[in-house]
Amino acid sequence: MSHSSSWLERFQSGSVAESPVGEPVQHFATTNHNFGGVRSDSGLSFTRLLAMAKKEMIQIVRDTRSLGIVVLMPVVLVLLFGYGVNLDLKHMPIYVVDQDGSQDSQDLLKRFQNSEYFDLIRVVRSYPELVRAIDDGRAKMGLVIPWDFSQNLRTGAPVGVQALIDASDDNSANVLTGYAQSVVSDYSSQVQLQWMQRRGMTPPPPVLSVENRVWYNEDLESSAFIIPGVLALVMSVIGAFLTSLTISREWERGTMEQLISTPVSPMEIMLGKLIPYFVLGMFDAALCVGLALYWFHVPFRGTFGALFVSSALFLVAVLALGFFISVIAKNQLAASQIALLATFLPAFLLSGFLFSIEQMPKIVQLVTRVLPARYYVSALKMIFLKGTPLRMLGGELIPLVIFAILLSLVATGVLHKRLV
Amino acid sequence: MLSRLKQMLIKEFIQVFRDKRSRFVFFVPPLMQMVIFGYAATYEIRHVPSVIFDQDHSLESRELISRFQSSAYFDVQQQLTDSRHITEIIDRGDAVVALRIPPGFSENLRRAQTAPLQVIVDGTNSNTALIASGYVNQVAQGFSQDYQRDRMQRTSPNLADALPQITLQERPWYNMDLQSRWFFVPGVIGSLTLVLVTTLTAFAVVREREIGTLEQIMVTPIRPVEFILGKTLPFFLIGLADVALIARVGTLWFRVPFRGSILVLLAGAMLFLLCVLGMGLLISTVSSTQQQAMVTAFFFIMPSVTFSGFGFPISTMPDWLQKVTYLIPLRYFLVVLRGVYLKGVGMSILWPEMAAMAAIAASLITLSVLRFHKALD
Repeated sequence: MSHSSSWLERFQSGSVAESPVGEPVQHFATTNHNFGGVRSDSGLSFTRLLAMAKKEMIQIVRDTRSLGIVVLMPVVLVLLFGYGVNLDLKHMPIYVVDQDGSQDSQDLLKRFQNSEYFDLIRVVRSYPELVRAIDDGRAKMGLVIPWDFSQNLRTGAPVGVQALIDASDDNSANVLTGYAQSVVSDYSSQVQLQWMQRRGMTPPPPVLSVENRVWYNEDLESSAFIIPGVLALVMSVIGAFLTSLTISREWERGTMEQLISTPVSPMEIMLGKLIPYFVLGMFDAALCVGLALYWFHVPFRGTFGALFVSSALFLVAVLALGFFISVIAKNQLAASQIALLATFLPAFLLSGFLFSIEQMPKIVQLVTRVLPARYYVSALKMIFLKGTPLRMLGGELIPLVIFAILLSLVATGVLHKRLV
Repeated sequence: MLSRLKQMLIKEFIQVFRDKRSRFVFFVPPLMQMVIFGYAATYEIRHVPSVIFDQDHSLESRELISRFQSSAYFDVQQQLTDSRHITEIIDRGDAVVALRIPPGFSENLRRAQTAPLQVIVDGTNSNTALIASGYVNQVAQGFSQDYQRDRMQRTSPNLADALPQITLQERPWYNMDLQSRWFFVPGVIGSLTLVLVTTLTAFAVVREREIGTLEQIMVTPIRPVEFILGKTLPFFLIGLADVALIARVGTLWFRVPFRGSILVLLAGAMLFLLCVLGMGLLISTVSSTQQQAMVTAFFFIMPSVTFSGFGFPISTMPDWLQKVTYLIPLRYFLVVLRGVYLKGVGMSILWPEMAAMAAIAASLITLSVLRFHKALD
């Protein structure tokens, strides 16, 4: 109530000055009286909605920078993640202390040198030098070949090669360890082979052969896994971030009150505000898809129909969310921070975009179930990489439909409450 | 000069802390983000959901399966009875790895022939697929080695003892259990400070311009430098408070070790905050509305975070991009943060990063002060 009285005063002072009618207070009172009646009677008027959407569109187009950003944003984000996010490690710098200095140790080192995953940067004399190189980040891994390396090889005593790994980045460390393991075990089997041949034995064939088939992303390209998910990021930014800012700007400047005093109904205000952003969002989605397919050559095995339907549903959900945030925040700073928290961050962290959901703690996994982004990212990956047809996407699309409807209802409901 | 600055600061502090919503914005979102990051950001691949289709049903195949089951890397959810189920389960995403032991597996082994083991990996998440394949190989290798050794033991026991074998003994330093949390939590301190302080600074100045109070301030005797100091100092302090707060949460809640010196962290944080304030100011000089400031800030922040090494190693980026990363202050602050937290290194190792941040801060602040003068005229 305190709020409505403050805008009532502002409205009065404005209309006193301009009103051709002699009795501004009276005039206002009647409008106020008709508030509920006019709105519930008229429901949705297409002309008013169109006028509202047109006004919004003009406002967007007039602000060239914001428009430029809306167009540039998807391009930048796709390029950013396409080039910047790559977990396929290669040429990791390693330092070596070769205490043995024999032909055997040289053979092992040569194997590391020839692997594309490692760059043998330097052979240092002492252990402290190696430690220093790992400490200051010049080396990701330090190999220590013990002084009795070749001697033990000859006597058949087990030989251990130490690998000191900078594990401050656990994922790199993990991948690196795997590669180093396979270099050493290859070397080990070769040594065993030679050892048997020298004794005139016929070496047995390898026990197991692992036939590894990777489905959906045969070359294990990071970009094929990352870039489809960028769509969710772009839509979140356009949908929630920008809309919540433009609407809270109207509140902040007081133009929202002016809008409300016109015969436009809350539903029309919301739709009129959101339709232009819906168009922009879909345009951005198309731009992202174009870049993904023609610039980064991400495989696309599904149908554009499925992509369109899931994108539209997600966009409606985030637009409604953005609108809701702007109604409750009413100030651009707060709106932007809440929008960041409520949309961008979940889309980035909790959607399975980068981090697999099944690796998160159970409670966090439950939280992801109430986030639209999770279903959208999952649908995107299925459409792009697996080629899942629309009718098989029920598990992803039904939650999105529910979110879209629920969030729209909540947003209009809150706006109604704010207005009356 | 000092008294004017004092007045300006008093005004700013009142303005900054008056609003309940802004007070909320300073501390609650960073805390929430820290918690979400701490729990959700993980590259750890453990308990990979897997299914096994055993067509051999032999002692050997069961031995192999039990090795997969007992490994912490795999979570064997189901033993299949039909190969068509494999496609279905992988398609639906219910399992990431499917193992198929074809008929004749044990037959091959007993005849000393190579026995095939089929592995199907869902490559949708390339990183998970890569690491999971590595684990499969590791388990298979263990099985092979032991099988080979057993066989030799049976046929020629004394030869088996003399057979040379080389193993890699890995020692993961700084993060023995390879916990992603230890990698991300220190980094979050940097990225959160960047996001928060850049937007706050840019917003504070632009809002005065948008509302029209900037002109009012400029007609007072306050000089631009005093204005800038008055605007930025509160955020400098808020930024430091946030660093302290998030750092506490990281050590107390997420139990990330803090092995270095607090003073080194403080020095790094201050230099980094100067960079970030300079960036915020620069954004404010090129924006006339808060929305513009927000999107412009976004355009600085996103690449900064992506290319800083926050979540993705810089060494895997294309060469030209690696050169660009030298311009990003967060890159250096992350080295300082991880150095102080995990490696426990001090100034003798971190001075190049400190120097780089100082240089960036100096140039950003000079640039923005110059631009600010111009924007006023």
